[in-house]
Amino acid sequence: MIREQFRILHFDLGAGKGRIEQIDGRNQAAGGSGLAALLYSRFGLADQPWNADGQPLIFAIGPLTGYFPLMSKTVCSFKSGYHNQYTESHAGGRTAFALRFADLDALVIVGKARRLSSLFIGARHLEIRDVEFMRGTEADTAGKLLRRMFGEGSGHRSILRIGPAGEIGSAMAAINVDSYRHFGRLGGGALMGAKNLKGIIIHGDGDFPLPAGSAYAKVFKEVYSQATSTDMMRKYYNLGTAGNLQGLNDLASLPWNNLQKTCDPAITGITGEAFADATLLRNGACSGCPVGCVHIGYIREKTLKDNRYHYHQVAYDYEPIFAAGTMLGVTRPFDVLRILDVMEKVCLDAMSAGVALAWATEASEQGLISEKETVVRLRFGDSDAYQQAAGFLGRGENDFYRLLGQGTLRAAEVHGGAEFACVLGQEMAGYATGELFFAAQTLGFRHSHLDTAAYSYDQKNAERDVTKAVDFLIADEPGRTFLTSMVACLFARSVYTDSRLAECLSAVGYETLAGSIPETAEHIRRLRWRMRLATGFNPSALTIPKRFYQVKTWKGVIDREYLDALKLEYGKRILALAGPDQETAGES
Amino acid sequence: MKQLTAPRMDQCIGCHSCSLACARMIHQRLSWNCAGIRIHSAGGLSTGFMAVLCLACDPAPCAQACPTGALTQRAGGGVIVRKKLCIQCGQCVASCPVEAISQNREGEIFVCIHCGRCVEFCPQDCLEMQEIAVPAGVLR
Repeated sequence: MIREQFRILHFDLGAGKGRIEQIDGRNQAAGGSGLAALLYSRFGLADQPWNADGQPLIFAIGPLTGYFPLMSKTVCSFKSGYHNQYTESHAGGRTAFALRFADLDALVIVGKARRLSSLFIGARHLEIRDVEFMRGTEADTAGKLLRRMFGEGSGHRSILRIGPAGEIGSAMAAINVDSYRHFGRLGGGALMGAKNLKGIIIHGDGDFPLPAGSAYAKVFKEVYSQATSTDMMRKYYNLGTAGNLQGLNDLASLPWNNLQKTCDPAITGITGEAFADATLLRNGACSGCPVGCVHIGYIREKTLKDNRYHYHQVAYDYEPIFAAGTMLGVTRPFDVLRILDVMEKVCLDAMSAGVALAWATEASEQGLISEKETVVRLRFGDSDAYQQAAGFLGRGENDFYRLLGQGTLRAAEVHGGAEFACVLGQEMAGYATGELFFAAQTLGFRHSHLDTAAYSYDQKNAERDVTKAVDFLIADEPGRTFLTSMVACLFARSVYTDSRLAECLSAVGYETLAGSIPETAEHIRRLRWRMRLATGFNPSALTIPKRFYQVKTWKGVIDREYLDALKLEYGKRILALAGPDQETAGES
Repeated sequence: MKQLTAPRMDQCIGCHSCSLACARMIHQRLSWNCAGIRIHSAGGLSTGFMAVLCLACDPAPCAQACPTGALTQRAGGGVIVRKKLCIQCGQCVASCPVEAISQNREGEIFVCIHCGRCVEFCPQDCLEMQEIAVPAGVLR
């Protein structure tokens, strides 16, 4: 529904009651990332711990969600248990459309349920149900049970749930979205667990009139054509992001064996082609996305005597393959999928878990920890051991795994080995591309490779110009922030230029937003950073472990001086962003 | 007359582009439900997708159930819809054996009229307008 105010559902799990609120700020916050930050500024408890009962768990969509192709993602924001600061995580699936057709711009969940519960939401439905019987269930089992409990709306609903990792409060706990997508990073699943919230079912059972006039149909047709009838999106639906494995390895930028190396001839067994040829079962799409980049592979397990098998479907992408594959020295696609399958079930963020287990492997090799801690002997390449270890990490098998689940550096504080912990703000993404990416992930808003295109800059620029590089980061962020406020899939960033976004916004009636994209993007960027700073962000407190200074890429060994200068300068520039907007500077 | 068919649903990726196109172009709605073709998952996303749409019955039980003539038999199967005649009683919805007719909260009904405009929006080539011939020897 096109409207100037945001329509949000605020639900208090403790009281078991919700209320609809109309909130101003469309032309300043837009939606998605901007709306999430606005809502945290209103409902968040910046000075209280991440798991305080009153902390909000926020899901926000954008003004174009549902109206245009690839406007298919949802922003989840919360105070993270990983660093006790404000953050966002983004996911596709059906959540965005389900929220749109439930007639909500955002869902804000506060309080703590007395017992494990699930929340059922629709355009005409609001209910919380006791699901204490689901305690400890894995994400796939929880999904099946929730589907049975809420029988309506097959295909038109989104089912979010957590697994054991969320219930034990792991800072690596993901929120599973519709089986194959995730709010993965920085522990959103732990906040659901802290709230005794096992699942959220959103039924998109409403509908709306189309915008008046002919402009909408015209712009839609152009965007749809661009997204489907050119080669622009082929890389995403063909091999998918897994197609990048070979290229990153060729550039000596793919982390292997806890980043002990950045390329390996064994890549041939684990390329995007290898995954597609051997394991790809089918493709899927987020609602409203005709590209269909979701790649779902399979694993087949022989569980009984004779020819008794069962199979599981496991989604894969570049990042999970890096984390459960090359980072662990695992080089067979089915072995990677088996590890990912366990991570899915316990509902861990695959990137964080893989990097943590890679550290644990090297710590084991160096004698800092033993099987007393890891239970199973960890060796690079031993996929059976990693399957077990992933389960231990997700279920919090012992004190060691519970500590590791709070972050690799937390475990290193106790056991040593911080110098080879591959942590850049959080466990690294799969890009050992060079100095700018290391600095950018360390300080980036989400500590995500998608905060900026630093990894791309590294691959194209050999020069070491601090000002130019940091200028690039600062200039790159607002556009991405505006896209994640719409909320577009970032794969569509070449489709949704500022001028195209202006056309889209204008066509559905958001004329003011359409005419102020650069200013709004900058305002949202600053709003997000202010939330982050209000919850404790301090760039100088974040360090880059020694291992990253030893990396060798196509440009040679990392330049320590350049990396330190980038981090220092980027930190300064971020802190400057927390100052008042130009348009509000004179008001106080 | 040709009918909309979904012969290659095993290729469906669940993007809902067909439903959205129908709602947008035929019914002037933003919806994945107010459409003549709707995509459901067949027991969770792991088991693929199914298209719920009019199978072009002849005679059509929904047309027979309609008390006002809003739905009338379409030559070759399916129905012709005259929305102005619809009193939103929902009897057509109940009479459809494959749940192909949906009704929104305002009572408006949505059923495929076999226009085929959704076909070009399927990125996976799942849909096709086909002339349905009854095989020789089949008793009717």
